[in-house]
Amino acid sequence: MTVITGVTCPVCGTFCDDIELVVKDNVIIDVRNACAMGAAKFLSYAAHRSLKPLVRKNGELVEASMDEAVEKAAKILVDAAYPILYGWSNTSCEAIRVGLELAEEVGGVIDNTSTVCHGPSILSVQDVGIASCTLGQLRHRADLIFYWASNPWSAHPRHIERYTMFSEGRFQKSTWRGYLSRLSGGLSRKRLQRAVNLVLRRDIFTTPEVKRRMPYSMFQKKRKMVVVDVRKTRTAEAADYFLQVEPNKDYELLQAMRMLIRDEELDVDEVAGVPVETLEEVADIMVGCELGVFFFGLGLTMSEGKHRNVDAALHLTRDLNQRTKFLIMPMRGHFNVTGVNIVFTWQTGYPYAIDFSHGYPRYNPGETSVIDILNRDEADASLIVASDPVAHFPRKTVQNLVKNPLIAIDPEVSPTTLLADVVFPSAFVGIEAEGTAYRMDHVPLPLKKIVEPPKTCLSDEEILRKILQKVHKMRRNQN
Amino acid sequence: MDIAIKNGKIVKKVNAKKAKIIDALGMTVMPGGVDIHSHIAGAEVNSGRLLRPEDHVNDVEVKTALTRSGVGYSIPSTFTTGYRYSRMGYTTIMNPSMPPLEARHTHEELDDTPMVDKATYPLLGDWWFVLEHLRDDLIEECAAHIAWMMTATKGYAIKIVNPGGLESWSFGRNVQNLDDPVPNFNVTPREILRGLCKINKLLNLPHTIHVHTNNLGKPGNYVTALETMKCVEDLAEGNRPVIHITHCQFCAYKGSDWRTLSSGAEEIAKYVNHHDHVTLDMGQVIFTDTTTMTADGPFQYGLYNLTGNKWVNHDVETETTSGIVPFRYKRKSSVHATQWSIGLELALLVKDPWKIYMTTDHPNGGPFTAYPKIIAWLMSQVARKKTLSKISKRARRKSLLPSIDREFSFYEIAVVTRAGQAKALGLTQKGHLGIGADADVAVFNVNPEQVDASKKYKTVRRAFKKAVYTIKGGEIVVKDGQIVKPVFGKTFWIDVKTSLPMEVNDDLKRKFREYWTVEYENYPIPESFLHVPAQISVKAEI
Repeated sequence: MTVITGVTCPVCGTFCDDIELVVKDNVIIDVRNACAMGAAKFLSYAAHRSLKPLVRKNGELVEASMDEAVEKAAKILVDAAYPILYGWSNTSCEAIRVGLELAEEVGGVIDNTSTVCHGPSILSVQDVGIASCTLGQLRHRADLIFYWASNPWSAHPRHIERYTMFSEGRFQKSTWRGYLSRLSGGLSRKRLQRAVNLVLRRDIFTTPEVKRRMPYSMFQKKRKMVVVDVRKTRTAEAADYFLQVEPNKDYELLQAMRMLIRDEELDVDEVAGVPVETLEEVADIMVGCELGVFFFGLGLTMSEGKHRNVDAALHLTRDLNQRTKFLIMPMRGHFNVTGVNIVFTWQTGYPYAIDFSHGYPRYNPGETSVIDILNRDEADASLIVASDPVAHFPRKTVQNLVKNPLIAIDPEVSPTTLLADVVFPSAFVGIEAEGTAYRMDHVPLPLKKIVEPPKTCLSDEEILRKILQKVHKMRRNQN
Repeated sequence: MDIAIKNGKIVKKVNAKKAKIIDALGMTVMPGGVDIHSHIAGAEVNSGRLLRPEDHVNDVEVKTALTRSGVGYSIPSTFTTGYRYSRMGYTTIMNPSMPPLEARHTHEELDDTPMVDKATYPLLGDWWFVLEHLRDDLIEECAAHIAWMMTATKGYAIKIVNPGGLESWSFGRNVQNLDDPVPNFNVTPREILRGLCKINKLLNLPHTIHVHTNNLGKPGNYVTALETMKCVEDLAEGNRPVIHITHCQFCAYKGSDWRTLSSGAEEIAKYVNHHDHVTLDMGQVIFTDTTTMTADGPFQYGLYNLTGNKWVNHDVETETTSGIVPFRYKRKSSVHATQWSIGLELALLVKDPWKIYMTTDHPNGGPFTAYPKIIAWLMSQVARKKTLSKISKRARRKSLLPSIDREFSFYEIAVVTRAGQAKALGLTQKGHLGIGADADVAVFNVNPEQVDASKKYKTVRRAFKKAVYTIKGGEIVVKDGQIVKPVFGKTFWIDVKTSLPMEVNDDLKRKFREYWTVEYENYPIPESFLHVPAQISVKAEI
């Protein structure tokens, strides 16, 4: 039995690197420090997986040798006029580097999952720029934390504990004690209310009045957390203050805040369902903070307005920097989605949706992004790496995806692998294979190899390299 | 005269019958170019690439059978960077700013930058361990920590950017002069500079401290630059330099505001001409659209306020900050034209070419692809006059250039583009063609004995744009300006041997979780991470 420390967790963008694993006979038997999502992956990643490469013959996926599968995959890519190579956010940078070379070699389009998540954020950054930082900077210094349209309590479970409210910094103290006392206070209040209701025989389902008044803690000189969302999430419950915005009205709210920060008058009473007096109070607190930060999620990028919402948020941050120090950061989902943008950018100049069909990188999201290409039915083959578009893309897009030859490299069994023509079950990167990945704040960390993969499962990088070599060979023979 | 090459080195002679012979008669033969300061890789550069699709769209490199595709212009993709340097006869590039926490990123990019040898300088001037140790005057302990950091991040030299100012910027402030204490740390920029200068000597690092001064890019800052040089004057021994002031053009401004901006080049050159402890590089401005990027967060914020352009800021916990703003230098702007003039004035007024090197602080003053233009300006008064006639009238009136008649010889060009830089970096096997040197050679199609560079500056410019041959490590990698053999370059890194490493580890381990958000064991980069590592071991005096 060995204990391995300092393991990075290949699940979400928080990319914690303090996981401890207990390993016995090449099996992980215990996980320490991880959240429920991380622990579940480390303990049961191997529950459903296929072990051998599969090739579709007469409509059936049958087991094949690695060489046969590589041959078939390479042939599909070489024969295709306009293949797409999609996925990448759940694999290592080393594999992505090979993927880019492969895309260039076959003159295809390479795109990653940002295209359906923070793609609009990237477009906004290209318009406005972004004032950001690493997460430790916020742990040490941030005294005002906004989670805007994101719900880390459920989606990035250790984000608050490691980097913001409950983390202990050099200049800012953790607020977990305050949170606990508020929690117990809230519980006793509820209990009391229940008792009173019982005595007075009141209907217990009467909704409590929504309190607009700013709580006392918002005026104290300590760390504060504000959540802006369309519904009261678990994160919102833990916050000092919750601003409920009407759905699809984030843009209005952000622009109203910009006006208030610039000391301009609003001649309406309410913006996006929030009274202007409340907004004025919030704006005062923002201007008065030492260092504030916005974390924003898909609620901004994928609701009405898309990149215009993010534009407004980035502009608001810029404006706030005239008055105090304020930063902003997208809450990235997959553990290496930041990395895939980074690697694409250093090799090609662009972060996603890159078209190599002209022999050089071309970037025009909307034209060169996979969903649009598939909707126009232009692609004639595809390679999917560490992603499951069949489950997540729109129906019409998926129909156009699966009607052409499809290659999937994925350690898991997914709708995409079930519909593919060639399947390479790979090793789980970060558990069975090493590599590098980038945390949501651009900090690179190593992915570790904890246990040996099954003999028939190579890493994504090795599989891609084999395909690339084969493609090179076939193209040389063609010429 | 013949130059013999064998096994990647320059040797006394080879068997002429078996060897491949390159006839360079009537051409200029120089050692491979060395760039002491060029932002080509890392978190900051890459954020710049992401920020500017408009920079790339009109400047593309098509894939060939040998080379990878890519894009330019001011922040080229990694492969393109390597190819373009190599085509100009450069073989060694120093990447000058690396946030230690993101060192892995820098090295991944350097691995994808082919054709050139490279190294990178970690940013250490505002690292909390440095601030705390220097506040308590614990020089040796601090030195041991820096030795650890150099090895952990596979770095090459100590880079200091706006000492004290970056820590202040983390709360949105800055330091104003060398004696302005850093908030929360009670240490002054002067103490940081002196401390790190002493440490650099204790550790026997091959390069000096590499300093981007306080108040960079502000009118009147030549005083700060002079003070920075003076503050380590007494630490010099003999005529060995102890400080390198980088992109000096950006800190040679006289005047009280942008309207009254004028050149402080004369004062700086005068000081440098009388002192041997300092070296400079130009940071020449080119009239073009480029992307400014430095670790100097407050400076970039100021530039964003000045231009209203898009702005990226990236602060790194316990270590540094950084910023990016796109920028266009215009001939008709009196400020920009004055900046252009100052860079050239510095190079021409500093008498000894071994003390000032040619850079554009790529991409801050302009992309490195503009080097042939600078060579032409340095070699020809006519070329300078021609540009002078096109710039803003006010800048022309103020410029010192018309009063300078110095013109560089080919030999002096070789010094400011290669030999001097290699010497300052302590790269003994680079920058010369003596026996034992690395066989990095560049051949240019211009006859130094016949061409009068002063008049035929266009011929010179054309020649330096495309090397006839670039030889890297004994292999012909470029012929007639085309890549004929892609090669990986080496990555130099310094392994500092000290006698007290254990205590450092204990201290670091204890504080690691407090200071950073990553684990101690995930911070250092193993040597195997680098594609072609080239370790340089030095023995420290502690």
